Amino acid sequence: MQLIFEKGAPGRHLSLLPPCDVPEVAPQRPRTEPLELPELSENELTRHYSALCKRVHGVNDGFYPLGSCTMKYNPKINEELAALPGFTQVHPLQPEETVQGCLEVYAQTEALLNEITGMDAMTFQPAAGAHGEFTGLLLIKAYHRHRGDTERTKIIVPDSAHGTNPASAVMAGFTVVNVPSGPDGCVDVEALAAAVGPDTAGLMLTNPNTVGIFDKNILEITRIIHEAGGLCYYDGANLNAVMGLVRPGDMGFDVIHLNLHKTFSTPHGGGGPGSGAVGCKAFLAPYLPGPVVRREGGGFRFAAPEHSIGRVKDFYGNFTVVVKALVYLLTLGKEGIPEAAENAVLNANYMMARLREKYAMAYDQLCMHEFVMSLENLKEETGVSAMDIAKGLLDNGIHPPTMYFPLIVHEALMVEPTETESKETLDEACEVFLRLWEQAHTDPQALHDAPVTTPVRRLDEVEAARHPVLRYAGA
Amino acid sequence: MNFPADLKYSKSHEWIKMLDDTTALVGITDFAQSELGDLVFINLPQVGDAVTKEEAFCDVESVKAVSDVMSPVTGEVAEVNEELLDAPQLLNESPYEAWIAKITGITEFEELLDAAGYQALTEQQ
Repeated sequence: MQLIFEKGAPGRHLSLLPPCDVPEVAPQRPRTEPLELPELSENELTRHYSALCKRVHGVNDGFYPLGSCTMKYNPKINEELAALPGFTQVHPLQPEETVQGCLEVYAQTEALLNEITGMDAMTFQPAAGAHGEFTGLLLIKAYHRHRGDTERTKIIVPDSAHGTNPASAVMAGFTVVNVPSGPDGCVDVEALAAAVGPDTAGLMLTNPNTVGIFDKNILEITRIIHEAGGLCYYDGANLNAVMGLVRPGDMGFDVIHLNLHKTFSTPHGGGGPGSGAVGCKAFLAPYLPGPVVRREGGGFRFAAPEHSIGRVKDFYGNFTVVVKALVYLLTLGKEGIPEAAENAVLNANYMMARLREKYAMAYDQLCMHEFVMSLENLKEETGVSAMDIAKGLLDNGIHPPTMYFPLIVHEALMVEPTETESKETLDEACEVFLRLWEQAHTDPQALHDAPVTTPVRRLDEVEAARHPVLRYAGA
Repeated sequence: MNFPADLKYSKSHEWIKMLDDTTALVGITDFAQSELGDLVFINLPQVGDAVTKEEAFCDVESVKAVSDVMSPVTGEVAEVNEELLDAPQLLNESPYEAWIAKITGITEFEELLDAAGYQALTEQQ
């Protein structure tokens, strides 16, 4: 396929761009060569993007059960309201009194999310989940330092954590202590108790965890950390399973991040942009990045928290993403939010129950919003790996689930159907999974050869990683 | 699966070859490379780095995941195998020749296994 730069011809143009309505100025240092921009007719342009669309698989194309990512449907009403001129025709440097509506969006979203999570204050500056983790850890660091306690240098992370957790802890200047999971996939409480001490700054945990199980010892876990003088950080990656039902604040967490682009239906992937809102208990609020929105009199204003760690992003974060999350919250309401969580859990359990017939479950018990299968035995019997099954799914119009994650499960496929998929879609997907299982036994070579219906066949990931071609040869 | 008898092994799947009483070469085992799959990148330690037994001193990346390589000894990095930077596949092709680092001034060892003991460990996994 040709790049857009290879199409068209000099002088060709289209009517989509409005005429320039700002006066031209003579730049101080003008370019010596003209920009190499594509010049296309409208027809060429639309065909180019339609052709690109046909070469990808998105949420609009089919089932997309990417575990631990919560790739949920993004309702179109979110986009419609975020595109209102009052939200788009504003500038971040405008005086507060002229953007009261935008400030109210922050205040209202904060209030609703605080209620859902059991937190007291929130910042919307972080641009994505890992950025939120980093911000949350800086709050923990600032808290200990402000108390004059500089010995707390270690963050405890269970081995089932998202890879970003230890990475964020290191970025924030901490040393990571790994604690193992027990055979049930939950934190090994004894190992945790042995790992804490006067050097413990905090714990990072996802609950439900990365294997889709709600850690039943959560109150004991957070108590152990608190008694050792540490704080508890909740990674909100899996909040979708429990939103409106259980609050991280009630589980004993002091600081959390939410992925508005996972749990609250704002776009995820493809550049998002995301929003990794960070919430905290009142005692950490003075350290939040500034500015935050405060209600004052009949209106709203920006304020700097007293001991703020400073900005973590320009201005106030990805504003229209917050608008979309608020639309989602208001559309679903107090009844709809927990119902979405319940349906996410129901859908995952439904699929797990149907697939259990053939596929080995890594943790064979009721799951939350996602479940992990281990294809280790299938690979031993037939030579067909999790990768081969994933490629086979592509030929059936299904985006593969998360593969080879979490690392503690061999030949893992991690399925998260989300709440918005119908029973028909789930049934169809289950039948595809079961058919591929049969095929692994009858014609394993066909699965080694998959995919055959996609624009490109099996990619050489090793070659791509060892010798990446990062530059367009024609430039 | 290959388990050379002249090497010692750690439970976290590194091999160690003693050059003298306080100097050794360290690499990852055949079992480790086979579990990781095709390796595409290695983040080598630096010469002069202090390493501690049972703590990460290097990481490797395969098409599946990034994994820490743990040091079986406490000592100092004297040399690294820079050939691996351009050819991480050597870790797959000949894991016992593709040493990662030479450690000197070794003061402590973790509890190491001999070839038979390590083979038994891999068979349990």
